Order: sequence, then C-alpha cells, then structure tokens
Amino acid sequence: MNQIVPAGKRPSTELAAPETQDFVTMFIEGQLFGIPVLTVQDVLGPQKITRIPLAPREVAGSLNLRGRIVTAIDVRLRLGLPKRAEEKKGMSVVVDMGGELYSLMVDSVGEVLSLPAAKFERNPPTLDLHWREFSIGIYRLEDKLLVVLDVGKLLDFTRNE
Amino acid sequence: MDDLLSEFLTETSESLSTLDVALVNLEQNPNDPQILGNIFRLVHTIKGTCGFLGLPRLEHVAHAGENVLGKFRDGELEVTPTAVTLILQSIDRIKLILGHLEQNECEPEGSDEDLIAELNAMADGRAAGSPPPPPPPPMPTFESLSSIPEPAPAAAAPPPPPPPPPPPAPVAHDPEPEVEDEPAPKAGVPAHVAAQVVTGAPLEAKESAVAAQTIRVNVELLENLMTLVSELVLTRNQLLQMVRGKDDSEFATPLQRLSHITTDLQEGVMKTRMQPIGNAWAKLPRIVRDLSVEMNKKIDLQMLGAETELDRQVLELIKDPLTHMVRNSADHGLEPTEERKRIGKPEVGKVVLNAFHEGGHIIIEISDDGRGLNLDRIKQKAVQNGIATESELETLTPQQIYQFIFKAGFSTAEKVTSVSGRGVGMDVVRTNIEKIGGTVELKSFPGKGSSFVIKIPLTLAIVSALIVECANERFAIPQISVLELVRVTANSEHGIEMINNAPVLRLRDRLLPLVSLKRQLLLSEDTEERQETFIVVTQVGTYTFGIIVDRVFDTEEIVVKPVAPILRHIAMFSGNTILGDGSVIMILDPNGIAGATGESGLLGGAQAADTQTVRESHADAKTSLLVFRAGGEDLKAVPLALVARLEEIEVTDIEHSHGKPMVQYRGHLMPLIAIDGSMSFREEGRQPVLVFSDQEHTMGLVVDEIVDIVEDRLRVELSAGNPGIIGTAVIAGKATTIIDAGYYLPQAFGDWFGRNDKEFGNADFHAPRVLLVDDSPFFRNLLTPLLSVAGYEVISVESVDKALALREQGNEFDAIISDIEMPGMSGFEFAVAVRGDARWAQIPMVALSSHATEKDFERGRQVGFNDYIAKFDRDALLQTLASTIAASKGAA
Repeated sequence: MNQIVPAGKRPSTELAAPETQDFVTMFIEGQLFGIPVLTVQDVLGPQKITRIPLAPREVAGSLNLRGRIVTAIDVRLRLGLPKRAEEKKGMSVVVDMGGELYSLMVDSVGEVLSLPAAKFERNPPTLDLHWREFSIGIYRLEDKLLVVLDVGKLLDFTRNE
Repeated sequence: MDDLLSEFLTETSESLSTLDVALVNLEQNPNDPQILGNIFRLVHTIKGTCGFLGLPRLEHVAHAGENVLGKFRDGELEVTPTAVTLILQSIDRIKLILGHLEQNECEPEGSDEDLIAELNAMADGRAAGSPPPPPPPPMPTFESLSSIPEPAPAAAAPPPPPPPPPPPAPVAHDPEPEVEDEPAPKAGVPAHVAAQVVTGAPLEAKESAVAAQTIRVNVELLENLMTLVSELVLTRNQLLQMVRGKDDSEFATPLQRLSHITTDLQEGVMKTRMQPIGNAWAKLPRIVRDLSVEMNKKIDLQMLGAETELDRQVLELIKDPLTHMVRNSADHGLEPTEERKRIGKPEVGKVVLNAFHEGGHIIIEISDDGRGLNLDRIKQKAVQNGIATESELETLTPQQIYQFIFKAGFSTAEKVTSVSGRGVGMDVVRTNIEKIGGTVELKSFPGKGSSFVIKIPLTLAIVSALIVECANERFAIPQISVLELVRVTANSEHGIEMINNAPVLRLRDRLLPLVSLKRQLLLSEDTEERQETFIVVTQVGTYTFGIIVDRVFDTEEIVVKPVAPILRHIAMFSGNTILGDGSVIMILDPNGIAGATGESGLLGGAQAADTQTVRESHADAKTSLLVFRAGGEDLKAVPLALVARLEEIEVTDIEHSHGKPMVQYRGHLMPLIAIDGSMSFREEGRQPVLVFSDQEHTMGLVVDEIVDIVEDRLRVELSAGNPGIIGTAVIAGKATTIIDAGYYLPQAFGDWFGRNDKEFGNADFHAPRVLLVDDSPFFRNLLTPLLSVAGYEVISVESVDKALALREQGNEFDAIISDIEMPGMSGFEFAVAVRGDARWAQIPMVALSSHATEKDFERGRQVGFNDYIAKFDRDALLQTLASTIAASKGAA
C-alpha cells in the first residue's frame, strides 16, 4: 500500500489533492492519534509547568513558550485514561486555538502522515462515550487505526460535566 | 482615503470637541472675548479648510454659524441659551456630515437650508436693530485665509472694540488652510490686509516653532513600542535574576546600566501614551448642559485636575463609565430645582469631577450634592430582582445596600429619561473599571449626595506585583490592593486565632478576617509546622482582609497577560505572567478571593471607617458586642463601646476592703464586681476583667472568659425580668444574654446612678422614634439598649449639630431626649433651636441632667423642654418618655 506518503514528499499541503490530509501523529497508551498538521505550532519535550489551582483536572498547568503563556492539557486525563507514570517523560504538541496557545500533553509524538479520505471512517458506535466525544473519526492504517482528535472539543471545557 | 482628507477629519473632530466645551463656557461667561475669539477661530478654521477641500455643504453650515458667532463677538448679538443651542445644533450637523465623510469620502446628500435659514435669521433678525454692518461686508472678510481671529469686522465697523482677542494658543495643525486659502479673498479691504500683516508675522513664527516640536504618530506604532518595551522589561528581569547572588559577575555593571536604561525607556514610552484626563471629559460639559436644559435643572459641573495624565488605553476604557456616572449624578442624583429650593439647598446642583495622582494610581472622584441614593428603592429593587431577600437586607448596613447598584440590571430611575435608565447600568461601569484593574467605591448620604471614587492603575501594560509563595507555588498579588504585610511567628505577640475555624488576626485593635490561600486554592496542606507565616493585608473596596501565605518575596514589575479562556471562570485569578526566571505565575485577584470567602467584594463596608457614623444614625445598624462567659456556661454580651478596656489582673493583686474585692489600677482603686455576686476568683494566675469607666469612676466586672467580639445588630428579643440583664438577643447565631452594665455600676459606686432598681416601660407597639442627644458615649451606649428594650427606636447623636443635621435631612421623631451640659451648643440652646423651627416644634423634649435642681427645671421648661429628669433616674426617664409621647399624641 502506498497511499500513505510522508508529508515531506508532497510539494505542499495546499496543493495536495483534497482527498488527502496531513496529520501529526501521537501516541497515548500505545494508541495512535492524529491532529491536522496545520493546527500544530510546535512539538515540545518535557517542560517546566506551573500548576494552576482550581483549574479543571485535565489542565496540567501553564508554561512559557518563548515569552508566550501556553496552557497545558493532559490529553490522557481528558480521554479518561490514568495519569502518566511519574518517571516517564512525555511530549507535547502545541496548538493554536482562537489565538490562544495550548499544549496537548501526550506520551510521544510520531511522524506526520498524509492520509487519504478513502481510509477515513466515522466513529464506530461501540467506541467509548468519552472517546467518541473527542474523536472525529478513524483512519484505517495498514497495521493500526488512527483516531483523529477534535482539538476544538478537546479544549472546550464549557461542555464539561 | 485621501491623506489630506483624513488629516482634515482628525483635526476637525478635535476642534469640534474643543468647541463643545468652549460653547458651554461661553454660555456661562457670555462676555468673555477670549472664549468668543477662540470659538470664532475654530469655526473659521473648519470653514476655511472645507472650502479648500471642496466640501460645500460643510462650508455653508460653518459659514452661517460663523456669521452668528461674528455678531456675538462684535457685541451685536446677545449670547443667549437659544442662540448657543442653535450653534450647537450646527456643530452637530457638521459632525454628522463629517461622519458620513469619514465612511464614504464624500458629503452626504441633503440640504441644510433649514438650519442655515435659522442661523441667518438669528444673525439678521436681531442684527436689524443695529445698523452699521449689513451682512455682506463681513462675509468676504470671513472668507479670508487665516485662522487667526479676524480683527476685520471690527475694522469695518467704525467704533472698533479694543484690541483683537489675544491669539489663542497656537495649534500645530493650522498651517495648510492658511496658506492654501490665499487665493480665496475677493474683497481686499485695505484695513483688513494691514491687520493681517501685523498679526500674521509673529504668530506664524510661533506656530512653526511649535510645529517643529510635535509630530503626529500612529497610535499603533506606540502600542507596538509598548509591547516591545514590556518584553524588554521581562528579559531584563530575567537577566537580573540570573546575576542575583553572584556578586563578582562581570555582567553586574553592564546589566545595571541596561536596567537603568530599560527603566528610563519604559517610562519614556509610557509617557508617549499619556494623555490628560481632560480629553475624556471634553464631552461632559456639553452633556451636562443639554441635560440641564432638558431636565430643567440648574447644574454646575466642576472639573478639577483635568491635566492629570494617564495611559491612553486606560483613558479609552474609562471614558464611557465616566460619562455614564456623570450623567447619573446629574440625572438621578441632583434634585429638580424646585425641590432643592424647598429643602433649602442652593438652587444650582453641583457635580464635581476630580482627578489626581495618588501612589501610582489615578483617583477619579465623581460627587454630587444631590439627594443621595434612595435606600428604599434599592432595597425594593434588590428584592424584586432576587438579588437579596428581605431578611438578608435587614442585616446589611445602608452603605452595603448601596453597593447593589453595581449589580446587573439595576436602574433605580423611576422613569427612563433620554439620558439614563436605558439599561446600561452601574454594573457595566464596574465591569469596565475592573477590567482595567481598577476599583470603584461608592458612598452616599441621604440628602447630602453621593460620591464615587474610581481608583485605576496608571498603566495597564505593566503593574507592580507582590510575589508570594503558598504550598511551594508562587503567586502574584497586584500591589494596588496590598495595604501592608504582617509577619506572624510562633512567638509574636498576636498569633492567628481561630473562631470556629475562621482565622482572624488582631491588628491594631481590630479583628482582621483572614483567608487561607491554601484553603481557597485547595492546595495540599504541608505537614510541617511553620515557624512563620505572612499575612498580606488586602483591601477590596471598603473590605479589608488578610491573605495567609507561606512566604513573601519581593515586588516585581509584571506584564499582565490574560488567562486562557478555559480558565476564565476561576474568579481567583485575574491573569498570568512570566517572571524574571522564565516561569509562569498566576496573578491573584483579590476581588475574587474576597468574593469566594463569602464577603463579596461589593458588600464591603462592614469595617469601613465611616460605619461609626452610620451606626449612630441608624438604629438598625450593627453594634460591636463583646461576648464573654461569666458565672455559667451561657454566653453573655455587653456593647463593646461600654467597655473601656479588657484587662487580666493577677489574682494575687486582688485586695479586699470592707469585704469588697478591689485592685489597684492605674493609681486608683478599682472595685471588682462579679456577675452573679459570688465573688469567686480564680485560684491562681490571671483573672480576666472588663473595665468600665466613666470620667472619674472605674469598675471591673469579673468574667470567666472573653469569647469574642462580634458585630451584629443588637435586637433584644426576650426582655428578662432579672435585674442586671437587659434581655436575650441572637448574636452571631447564638442566644446571648445582654448584660445591663448599668446595673453593676452602682454596686461599685453608690453615686454612679441615683437609683438602681429597674423596671421597663411597657413596650409601645408603634416603636416610637426617639432622638437621644448626649455627648457622653457612655450614656448613649447605656441608654440606647435600655430604650430599645423598652420598645423605642433610638437614634443617638453626640452633638446638637448632628441632631440639627438630622432635622435638615427631614427625619421625624416622637420624642427628643437631650443632655444639658454638652460641649458646643448646650441642651438649653438646642431646645431653643428646636422650638424655633416649625419642623420639630411639636416634638416633646425631655432634658437629662445631673443637675436636677428646681432652678434647672424651671429654666428647662422655659426654653421648651416638656420635662426634666435627673440623669441617672432611668425609671423616671422611661415613665416620663411614655407619658410625654402619649400626651403629645393625645394633643395631636
């Protein structure tokens, strides 16, 4: 199967056929997730994070990214998964949402993949309710499935509870 | 847009706002040639420029307006409100056209014939009486070039009014019309040309000098500069942090220099953004003037400190709130002229705006001498809108209730006038002010007026903040709200004390409520016992409280950044920032903390300095009570004001004389009395004693334990039959016995009161209002509970002046009890004053005096007292009061 081409080999995303989309991939608990590459600003290693008291549990704190304040969201907690073990160092993907920067804390960040629309499927009805809320749909890759995260919903804490 | 046109628009709108002010000034000082000259010049400039730019509609309106102004200046027309209104109308028209021009770059369709006709009629109609200059001659002159007040019409008219108005402050933007207009003049009146030459030369030089000194800079550029400087400050702080502690660093000296330069730069850039607050006020005279015409009120708007400078951004944000508040004051605050006359106030209502710097903040006061806020209306509205229940209102002081007007959807205007009451309320004002880190306080006194005090930071971009630590997390507290820092160690004199888990601190004779930051922020309690903690004494509005933190670092200049939207709901934080060491830190919002602790920041005032006065004039207000235990487990209380001191005496110091216990206290013997008469003292150690004192006597009431000092309403619900007990009241939620200090005093001194048996008058169902005038706080505090328990509503004041002030406020009473010997006006003089005025002439008056001789009785009756009672005869007082009130009611 050669539909999955690393993004770097394409001239640019704009010129890409509309039926393929580029995703930054990341892993949480071995599961592959993806978010559209254009929303991503930065990929960060472990950072010094300031805790924010009274914030929702999923908000890990805030950090300083080149003079800008970034709010860190623990995606594991957001997805209802247990907290990452202390000794494991995570990574973060910084996204821009309405002019505000958020850092999505995940286990690790993978490569950028260009995925064809044909491989896209909607959420299976059996998917965990929690996950269904934050997932736009699933891409069938050769050896695994990629869950497309809905960044907007992931950061929309007004609909919490 | 055409550069020339946009320049014209900017300049003209500036001139127009100046005009508004100048015209209102003119109305007040119709004969001031300088103001007139100024106005004339401004209108003339507008006209000249638009003629040049090819804007005929504007030109015609301005021209017609200028005609009328010309007549004003030459004294041919009288400056009347009608005329000024007409001129203002034409200025409004000009603004309208300008607005269209700004959007579409062309003049709107339409005609101004109506307005021009009116203006011309004004110019001609009245001018008809004065022969010399027929309309045409002045016109060509006006057509001429310069923006300098024209002496021309004067030259044309034979008797020239003295010298031309002194050239007004040169304005940098005038040159073009002057030059460009040159070809325009058609009629070369020689005299005029000459005048032009004479005045033109020196002025031109002056103008160009000014022009060279100022340039117009795009605001955006300044904003960018400010952002850059903010970042520079942060970086500087970061560097300083790195070098701190390394004395020998080679960077120390250059960094020092960098630091100085950065500070200078920061100040410099901030200065470029500074504008006098007068700019935000420019519209107000016009608004108030229109209002006074519309509402038919006479209003005097005083603006003080217009030159006070503040940040452009802040200025923009407070413009609307200020306008709103001034409107409110003029519309709701001030009474109509007739009402003012009737209640004996000066006819002209005053609205005062005052701005000044105070410790890194700008204070803006808006006050009026109107009727003050309508307490009943606010209460009613609060209940209607579900903001508070009746019972909640009962427990609040008037000053607290006033704060409700800052709540959403609260307009007390009974009618919606075109001016206010349109639903944009004080809540918006408060939100706007708080948005920029400011605070707004309100005080109101019935009949005297109300005043708003706005406190705002000089600049928004950079604030100074105190960095504190709590549970190993650091937080910033804006310095604006911090009053002081108190360090509490394990062995300091006053530690943190707990009242039912609520921490308090004794701070200079007051109990300071404390808030544990750890608890508020749900931070994990650290287990180690701290040797010291710090209390950040914080003020929000009129509410002062302490925030308990673990450590206090220094203050830092921080750049406030808003928190992410998903965190906005946390009221505890007002923003976040990056510290010198690069870490992110949350900025605490004292307002939010106050709110979270139950005491809404709005409902401060419980501890405000002015509550004393409020308490004295309102029977419903709170009283400070000292709660203690003595002779039993139940709680007892006395009004705190009665207690002179709280002492602990060594049991070994207690001596006995005639079988009565006493101690040597401050060089005198102080008898000790026990509540239950048992005279049992502690076996050893120290015995707590409440010391009561009146001029020469001091007495100690022996108690077991002092429990607390509470501020609560003293409403005795059960009146006790026992001597020594006034009754039972609910204080801080617990049934508490109110002790009658008056019962114990005579036990110590036979002569303290004439009699000591007690009996209460029958409670009157209508709760008659009694005014008590006595200079001794002791007797006021003694009699107030005594009379309240007998069913009277007691208002006590300490001087005749205050009593008469109550009369001015329109208070009514069923009886007046007055002391005779008082500093200032005596009771006799008071009686004469009361009887001499119709308002209180019929109120029965009872005199209280320690000199109860026949002669005194006689004199008292002569001046108008209905009865005369010896000061310590409480039975007689109650009986007399009851009978005099009954008699006067019967008579009425």
